[in-house]
Amino acid sequence: MADIYASVGSTVAIPKAALDKLVAKLNQMGYSVLGPQIQDGVIVYKSLKGAHDLPKGYISQQDSARYRLVYTGHPRYFDVTPGAQSWKQFFFPPQTELAEFTRDEKGRWQTAEQVTDLTPLALFGVFPCDLAAIQIQDRIFLREEWKDPIYWSRRQSAFILAVNCLHPCGTGFCASMGTGPKTNQGFDLNLTELDDVFLVELGSEAGRLVMEGMPILPTSAFWLQAGQKSLEDASTRMGRSLPRPQDLPELLLNNLDARQWDDVARRCMSCSSCTQVCPTCFCWDTRDSADLAGQNARRERLWDSCFNPDYSYIVGGNSRPNARSRYRQWLTHKFGSWYAQFGTSGCVGCGRCITWCPAKIDVTMELKAIREEVQA
Amino acid sequence: MIQTIGNPHAISPSAPMQPYWAEISDIVREAPNVSTYWLKFLDPGLQEGFHFKAGQFNMISVPGLGEVAISISSDMEDTRRIGHTIRSVGNVTSAINRMEVGDILGVRGPFGSWWSLDHWIGRDIVIAAGGIGLPPMRPLLYYISHHRKDFGKVIVLYGARTPNDLQFTREYKTWQDEDIELQVTVDRGDDTWQGRVGVVPILFYNTRIDPRNTVILTCGPEIMIRFVIFEALARRVPPERIYVSLERNMKCGLGSCGHCQVGPFFVCKDGPVFSFDKLQPYVNVEEL
Repeated sequence: MADIYASVGSTVAIPKAALDKLVAKLNQMGYSVLGPQIQDGVIVYKSLKGAHDLPKGYISQQDSARYRLVYTGHPRYFDVTPGAQSWKQFFFPPQTELAEFTRDEKGRWQTAEQVTDLTPLALFGVFPCDLAAIQIQDRIFLREEWKDPIYWSRRQSAFILAVNCLHPCGTGFCASMGTGPKTNQGFDLNLTELDDVFLVELGSEAGRLVMEGMPILPTSAFWLQAGQKSLEDASTRMGRSLPRPQDLPELLLNNLDARQWDDVARRCMSCSSCTQVCPTCFCWDTRDSADLAGQNARRERLWDSCFNPDYSYIVGGNSRPNARSRYRQWLTHKFGSWYAQFGTSGCVGCGRCITWCPAKIDVTMELKAIREEVQA
Repeated sequence: MIQTIGNPHAISPSAPMQPYWAEISDIVREAPNVSTYWLKFLDPGLQEGFHFKAGQFNMISVPGLGEVAISISSDMEDTRRIGHTIRSVGNVTSAINRMEVGDILGVRGPFGSWWSLDHWIGRDIVIAAGGIGLPPMRPLLYYISHHRKDFGKVIVLYGARTPNDLQFTREYKTWQDEDIELQVTVDRGDDTWQGRVGVVPILFYNTRIDPRNTVILTCGPEIMIRFVIFEALARRVPPERIYVSLERNMKCGLGSCGHCQVGPFFVCKDGPVFSFDKLQPYVNVEEL
């Protein structure tokens, strides 16, 4: 077989068996490879040793408050849509140290030097919704005026192997949000999984380096067409849809007194599940602790949620004292004010908040109800 | 309205949550549980380079306990020291209350929007403040005192719970000498109180305002702010000339932690000072 040169921007094919080689190559290049694996009946992201760790042969069934993995024995590695976890945890860890303080001999506080020696991460198998979510979090943590050092130190060196989503989940609506089922940008490599080969789109120089030495096959028009056809099919098989998301900022911010807020407040338990599984939710809290002698102290950053009672607490009271105000904050922020803040919707249509809401609250239905109430 | 960080002298763009250390150089008791803490950065270069604008705040931290947003209450033209007037109520502010001269605090800042004084040359200024809402106004009063000719009538309407709770009382004379009219009220008087009893908005009934030329600035309890706005609008002062400084839970000052949101705004970054026309859609929404 003649060597086929794969350049950035091109699409090539590799045999299924080359997946192991990809993982090995990333390891060899110094990345710590993380990929989707089955644990306790859901997909989690953890250290990936090879293709055999991937959930080959499984599909996932998702609906309101329902997530099941089912083994069907098909030959595909990336048919299973994500579980509660997203990749958010790797760039924006649920709990990290912000600073460590010690007193010097005069009793004055000093900030301890932080040693950050991080192994670069390779995210192996990022679906389009989740890649869109990473790009949204980039806007939140990487600003013109400042860069979040925790996020940036992990993000800047990360390798992203994306996978187009050919089997969209039952609660997703990425087609409505324009984030899927195909990924268009922001990856180093992007796979489309066909029954016998992977199509590989090269998105960066890092991606090209990883592809060097891979057993590249000539890309046939048949495969390209099959990939195209599968993606078109996928976009018609979304479990949910959300019409006209660009209208929502006006709809929501003009209807902060809608009756629907009272209705959803009777169902919402303020459990914060939706915010924890959301791949774009970014709110965080700080927590200080000290040793008993008061000589050493540390400040940590933790994921927070607009559903937590302390979230809006100021001396003299809580500005959002009930589920109604908290749910309204979440929904109007995610689908409304996010545009003014970050120039994009805060939702990528991944459907996690629908799947993992124990009260079966479905954002697409809530938004529909508000729209109907206003139009009535 | 989305503004970038003002003068990032004690904010590191690459480590924006890292505090800079400052020493308490003086403590002035203002009222029960309220003191002004005068701070100097340990790094003299930082102290010299630290500039802020009236209305901005710093994040003040006590290692082991946490960080709180405190408005700067000192003179922005005096770069030798920075004043914060703090009421001790929570964990962090109570710990600060137990501190002495020479103790060290962490400081990040300055953050947020400011009272846009340079746009108000020649205007009448009405400052309506309640309780701990007065300290964010004090940089204004310093500035106005130093540049009195730049402004028309200047009136301060101020209220506290009791006569004892009135802050900055030793400065009232200075303000009045600079032709700043001061009207004071308390919620509850005591045996010696001969002044007015009642809430801040009633002071408007004692005040002549020219709506064509007046700028109204307010800070204090949210319920007071609401009624101050009501009185101001009733006197035909246009919403874009009414300015409000809001208080919200804040952890970062960067528009990152999310806590301080009101509608589309991060109060820490887009505020705390807002012109009322921006806030109008949200002010009367309960529990937003």
